[in-house]
Amino acid sequence: MTSGHGGANSPGSPGGSTAAGATPRGDVGPASPTGPVEPVPSSLHDLEEAVHQLEAEAEHRPPAAGRTTNLVVALVVVALGAAALVGAMSLGAGSASSPGSGTWPLLISVVLVLLGLGLVATVRGTVDAERFTRPSLMVLVGIATMIAFVALIGVIGFEIPAALLAFVWLRFLGQESWRSSIITSLAVVVAFYLVFVAALAVPIPHLF
Amino acid sequence: MDLAPVLDGFSVVLEPTNLLYCLIGVVVGMLVGVLPGLGPAATIAILLPITLGLDAVTAVIMLAGIFYGAQYGGTITSVLLRLPGEASSVVTVFDGHALARQGKAGTALGIAAIGSFIGGTISIIALTFLAPLVASFAIDFGPPEYTALALVGILLVSTVSSGSRLKALVAAGVGLLLATVGRDMFTGGERFTFGNLNLADGLDFVPIAMGLFGLGEILYNLEERHTRVHAPAKVGNVWPSRADLKQSSGAIGRGSVLGFFLGILPGGGATLSSLAAYAFEKKRSKTPERFGRGAVEGVAAPESANNAAATSSFIPLLTLGIPANGTMAVILGALLLQGVPVGPGLVNQEPELFWGVVNSMYIGNILLLIMSIPLVGLFVRILRVRPAILAPITVLITLIGVYTVNNSVFDIVLVIVFGVLGYLMKKLGFDPGPLVLAFVLGSLLEDSLRRSLIIFDGDASQFFLRPISGTLLVIFLLVALVPPIRTAVTRRRTASADNRTKELV
Repeated sequence: MTSGHGGANSPGSPGGSTAAGATPRGDVGPASPTGPVEPVPSSLHDLEEAVHQLEAEAEHRPPAAGRTTNLVVALVVVALGAAALVGAMSLGAGSASSPGSGTWPLLISVVLVLLGLGLVATVRGTVDAERFTRPSLMVLVGIATMIAFVALIGVIGFEIPAALLAFVWLRFLGQESWRSSIITSLAVVVAFYLVFVAALAVPIPHLF
Repeated sequence: MDLAPVLDGFSVVLEPTNLLYCLIGVVVGMLVGVLPGLGPAATIAILLPITLGLDAVTAVIMLAGIFYGAQYGGTITSVLLRLPGEASSVVTVFDGHALARQGKAGTALGIAAIGSFIGGTISIIALTFLAPLVASFAIDFGPPEYTALALVGILLVSTVSSGSRLKALVAAGVGLLLATVGRDMFTGGERFTFGNLNLADGLDFVPIAMGLFGLGEILYNLEERHTRVHAPAKVGNVWPSRADLKQSSGAIGRGSVLGFFLGILPGGGATLSSLAAYAFEKKRSKTPERFGRGAVEGVAAPESANNAAATSSFIPLLTLGIPANGTMAVILGALLLQGVPVGPGLVNQEPELFWGVVNSMYIGNILLLIMSIPLVGLFVRILRVRPAILAPITVLITLIGVYTVNNSVFDIVLVIVFGVLGYLMKKLGFDPGPLVLAFVLGSLLEDSLRRSLIIFDGDASQFFLRPISGTLLVIFLLVALVPPIRTAVTRRRTASADNRTKELV
């Protein structure tokens, strides 16, 4: 569908039943046997459960987030909707016969606020958010390397920031060996230089 | 039906450049399918900057190749390693891996490749006849019809997408909101730009798609402990026996038809159709107990269905300009960047583009069949490439690629912002697909809504009086309202049942 593992973190089934969180199923996890024989689901619904189970197994995702996280997420959605609502009002709400700049944003932000309130109401049944765990720190490091990249590229060109980014990702986020990390990151930068600067002559800031 | 433009389309495909990019597309698609991690939507998004330098036909031929190629590739890891490379190949694991454990991995891969080929081809032929009909039906659509169509499209995609419906709708709402940033097309006034000059012309599609689908997915995968993958040394005979082929021929046929129809529906697409085809095949089988223990039909049906659906999901995009899923939204974005007038007029105004893309799929499927049967060993070897090495390379391609679109550092900042947003969304259970889709359709939707309101002089009930927009809006209301009401009713019923049991006790 949309992306390779779009559904990996969503043990609930798509479609209506879990949406309102009215029927939280506590037994999502241990429902299917983990014996040598594959679970043999019969209905489309069971099949989706089995599929999520399988993806979760294959990818070692962190456990589901607690109620606080879900509540915060729901409130952020409400706040976003409210902020957009204020912005839309200041643009001029217009009327049905002569819609103004703010009419459409106003409609969307009202819907967003309502959806956010819906999320608040169903916080108890929400199981599809993941907890932030220690490995989430790696994501922070990854984001930091990208921010460093964009901050430095205008000053010293792309080569050194790119090499640093590749090195950090290989050595610290990917657990490659020192040797392989150094060689690969240098090789990657040389390859990028040859493709983007030498061959395509893209006007990207570069040092050499 | 006039066949001349269809045949002209073949001459477009057979131009060496187009053949080359078709080959590049399907090889990349196959690779993405085999490698767990990046999906076709992410890959297509990351490659958007490259497509800007190509002709529109060539660009779409390549992107389409990535999309349907990934359906072939995803099978390989499902069967051999019990690791679905692609979401649409997950069900193949049940019987495909069971067959592999019985030493019949070759049979499973062979049947899957043949099923995919037949499913894809049937779907292209059906598309050839159906698409011009849909387009000619839609040619008179006015603003009210487009309003209704875009609303139904966004709603259906949010409803069927993986995960919570509410959250998918929130994502779609945010997408619509992001589309309003920039200059108002009617009044020329600025909206939500916060005085930032970079935002005056609105947000670009490329950094949003690259960030949400590309960087977001890479960051999300960082948290996974990848168990060391041991690729099997070699795969035996891939040619399935005549008995296997005979046994699965019915499943391939039924899977193809089912996949074709589910693929057309907004929100349908490859994943849903592979699940449905498997469930259907199991239900009608006289020996359902074989499923999950290595039934060839259990491989044939979903694999035919996901390829048929991948192909037929081009119908709403190419005939109405409404993408059926997130990946199609990225392809729509690519078309819009090229300045192609996407909509019902495309078949007649740009016959070379339309038929060039459609007919390139025949070539692509033949190439994929060759790659998945005789050359399968080559792709199995690719599994030894470590994801840790690919991740930084993909990140750099994204960061530098997005810069090349406008030569703007601000676009790099945007792609990082949307990468972080994409990570958080996936982490917290929001599918980014509806956001991207809603963003692409946002300005069309607002534009046609405002035009319709002006035409109707503010009387919104007129939407329901026009036959097509009325029907579509009734569908919209049904899809939007029935599931929540049903849940509420079940909740009340279970609650009253609980009360009764308590009273009895």
